Amino acid sequence: MSLLKIENLSLTIGATPILRGVELTIAPGEVVGLVGESGSGKSMTALTIMRLLPHLARAEGRVTFDGIDILAASEDQMCALRGDDIGMVFQEPMTALNPVKTIGEQVAEGIRWHIKAGRAEAEDRARKILDRVGLPEAKFPLSRYPHELSGGQRQRVVIAIACALKPKLLIADEPTTALDVVLQAQILDLLRDLVSENRMGLLLISHDLAVVTEMADRLTILRHGEVMEAGDTARTLSEQQHPYTRDLALASMHVPARPKPHLAGSAKPLLEVENVGRDYPGRRISLFRPAQPIRAVDDVSLTIEPAQSVALVGRSGCGKSTLARMILALDKPTAGTIRFRGEAITGRPESALRPARRDMQVVFQDPYGSFDPRQKVEKLVAEPLHLLEKQPAKAESREMVAHALNEVGLGSRDMDKYPHEFSGGQRQRLSIARAIITRPKLVVADEPVSALDVSIRAQILDLFAELNQKLGIAYLFITHDLTVARAMADEVMVMHEGKIVERGRAADVLDRPRSEPAQALVAAAPDLHRAIARKMQEQG
Amino acid sequence: MTMRVDLPEDTLAGVLAKAFGNRSFLIGLVITLLIVAVALVSFVWTPYDVTRLVIADKTQAPSATHWFGTDHFGRDILSMIMVGARNSIAVALVAVGIGMGIGVPLGAFAAARGGLVDEALMRVNDLVFAFPALLSAIMITAIFGPGAVNAIIAIGIFNIPVFARVARAGALAIWPREFILAARAAGKGMMRISVEHILPNIATLLLVQGTIQFALGILAEAGLSYVGLGAQPPMPSWGRMLFDAQTRMVMAPWMAIFPGMAIVVTVLGLNLLGDGIADILDPKSRRRR
Repeated sequence: MSLLKIENLSLTIGATPILRGVELTIAPGEVVGLVGESGSGKSMTALTIMRLLPHLARAEGRVTFDGIDILAASEDQMCALRGDDIGMVFQEPMTALNPVKTIGEQVAEGIRWHIKAGRAEAEDRARKILDRVGLPEAKFPLSRYPHELSGGQRQRVVIAIACALKPKLLIADEPTTALDVVLQAQILDLLRDLVSENRMGLLLISHDLAVVTEMADRLTILRHGEVMEAGDTARTLSEQQHPYTRDLALASMHVPARPKPHLAGSAKPLLEVENVGRDYPGRRISLFRPAQPIRAVDDVSLTIEPAQSVALVGRSGCGKSTLARMILALDKPTAGTIRFRGEAITGRPESALRPARRDMQVVFQDPYGSFDPRQKVEKLVAEPLHLLEKQPAKAESREMVAHALNEVGLGSRDMDKYPHEFSGGQRQRLSIARAIITRPKLVVADEPVSALDVSIRAQILDLFAELNQKLGIAYLFITHDLTVARAMADEVMVMHEGKIVERGRAADVLDRPRSEPAQALVAAAPDLHRAIARKMQEQG
Repeated sequence: MTMRVDLPEDTLAGVLAKAFGNRSFLIGLVITLLIVAVALVSFVWTPYDVTRLVIADKTQAPSATHWFGTDHFGRDILSMIMVGARNSIAVALVAVGIGMGIGVPLGAFAAARGGLVDEALMRVNDLVFAFPALLSAIMITAIFGPGAVNAIIAIGIFNIPVFARVARAGALAIWPREFILAARAAGKGMMRISVEHILPNIATLLLVQGTIQFALGILAEAGLSYVGLGAQPPMPSWGRMLFDAQTRMVMAPWMAIFPGMAIVVTVLGLNLLGDGIADILDPKSRRRR
């Protein structure tokens, strides 16, 4: 007897078809993974189960949950189901909690509403479930506000709200996408335990094949609103019968070809960072003691050689991005010096930095936020050109933009478009075009592919590799994703609490990490190969 | 991974389509254009000459010859309202221009520099803001004598902090965005980034505020000329007309009703226009109907 059964579900919003003939079942205690790229209809499937669809959406087919026909149920019936029998965990722990209510209130709210419990009883249950998700009252009293918790802790609160009434079905929509790998592993463990404790059904929605493989008993692969393939996790992924499944698996493990790997020690360093530190003023705890500064980057030294590709990996908040901003001279270190091509860039006025800026460019994570929405591509990509010693004429600049666009696989026709006319992957290409237009020697890329779908991501990684081979650009990749580091980097540096704790050849560091933080990172990182192998053993 | 999905920027055709579907924008636009047209027509033609006094025709009720009636000097009220519209619009427009021209660069500069400069500028701003426009108008008049130009300056000064605040708040929201960081990595200075990236992104904000300030400017001008600090006779102005009507309210109510209506309709029209523009251009304030 299945807990949830979706039969031939079709969904349209206005005139746009979103889902076509989706089939899905979940049994009690079963974990079903729903995988697909952005826009494939994963979240809409979840919202249909909750009947939280947007205005103008029309669903057809049959959704049965625990004997109740969801699509025909009244709003009152649905209100009774939501939060009681069906719980939901959202992607973004920052926005899923109400910032002006304490965590205790927010957990108790659902309990009081659904089982008409009194205040004291609800609080008591809230305390128990918060303790269960790893937020014991001694350290995290109910009176805490969401902003006093870290991202991972907030996601635990969201899970506590969803699981407070021991729902029969939990829907988790990208529950760990906003977290770093170590936190991700912890949250996934927690979900797995909750499922086995309460014989809860779990619908795990994710774009990350490795995460789903580790968690799910069965998986359903969705594309453009249609089910491509469904079945036992191990069998589906080991046989890879459907071509799309194969594409997805290949893209997740994609390693771009770099025929000429860089040999360390072959040239004079391009970038030298020496004993660099960055303090931020801390919060004053006592009236009588001076505030302790917060050390974001602590005595970091590193070098990058021309054409070398280096990955800087670490958990969120370890100081990676701060270090990158100092290297780009967007932030001033409080200690140490940074030299680019032998010349110090720290402590120099903006005007003296122009030659360095010309040879050092940046690619950001968010392909949506890194372009001024009100300017055309020509002007955006040409932005660094004013750093050139001789300002190019209008026609010349257009030509350079066209050339750069060609190099990243876009056409010169795209010059007169606005950024919103491009997809996420195309925007990341634009970002790269802007970065390489001055023919820099070093490109700092801050999580350049973590906002992209796996197939797009494979293409962008290929592009990075190709530009490295063709133009000899050195890269500093800043990432929390070890597969990116493995695919792209000659050398990997592991950063932890402001310090670089390990550096070495990519394969060495990622396969045989020596320091404790690196070991934790590697152990927590989802890996599709390993996950499939483990599932094969479990499922035979 | 944080996904921030920007709403697609609107094309001109899209904006126009939306504009014509927005009731408050349409009504506001029609009223505003009407007032502006009336003011422009008054340059070449008015039913009667507003400077000629015809005592024989004094305080006549509205009729076929004088649609809005006449005042205590026998001047035609319709003609006076037409010329007064010219005066009101000119004063408000220049005052908004002064406010924008000085306030926006000030606000953008404060946001760009931050720290002490920002703090100091904004506190001076608060000081000006706290100063009633009427008081500064009286001060200016005391020094330079009454007149339309001095009214403009007084209202203009009052507008500066308003625009400085709006520009600063808007700019502060744009500065931390990644495309600004990208521009800084491309070596662009504070000034250039402000002009190239910040201003276009806060333009709609300023446009909306401009419309609202324009309406407030017209009100302020009426207020100033009511207390005798605005345009001087024989130049007609709406506020002055209300003042003249005050003692004759029972005898000749039309003397108060029509200029009062002119002020109400103009301010209402401009406010509707401002609301409409905000609705059309800002996806966040767009209401579902």
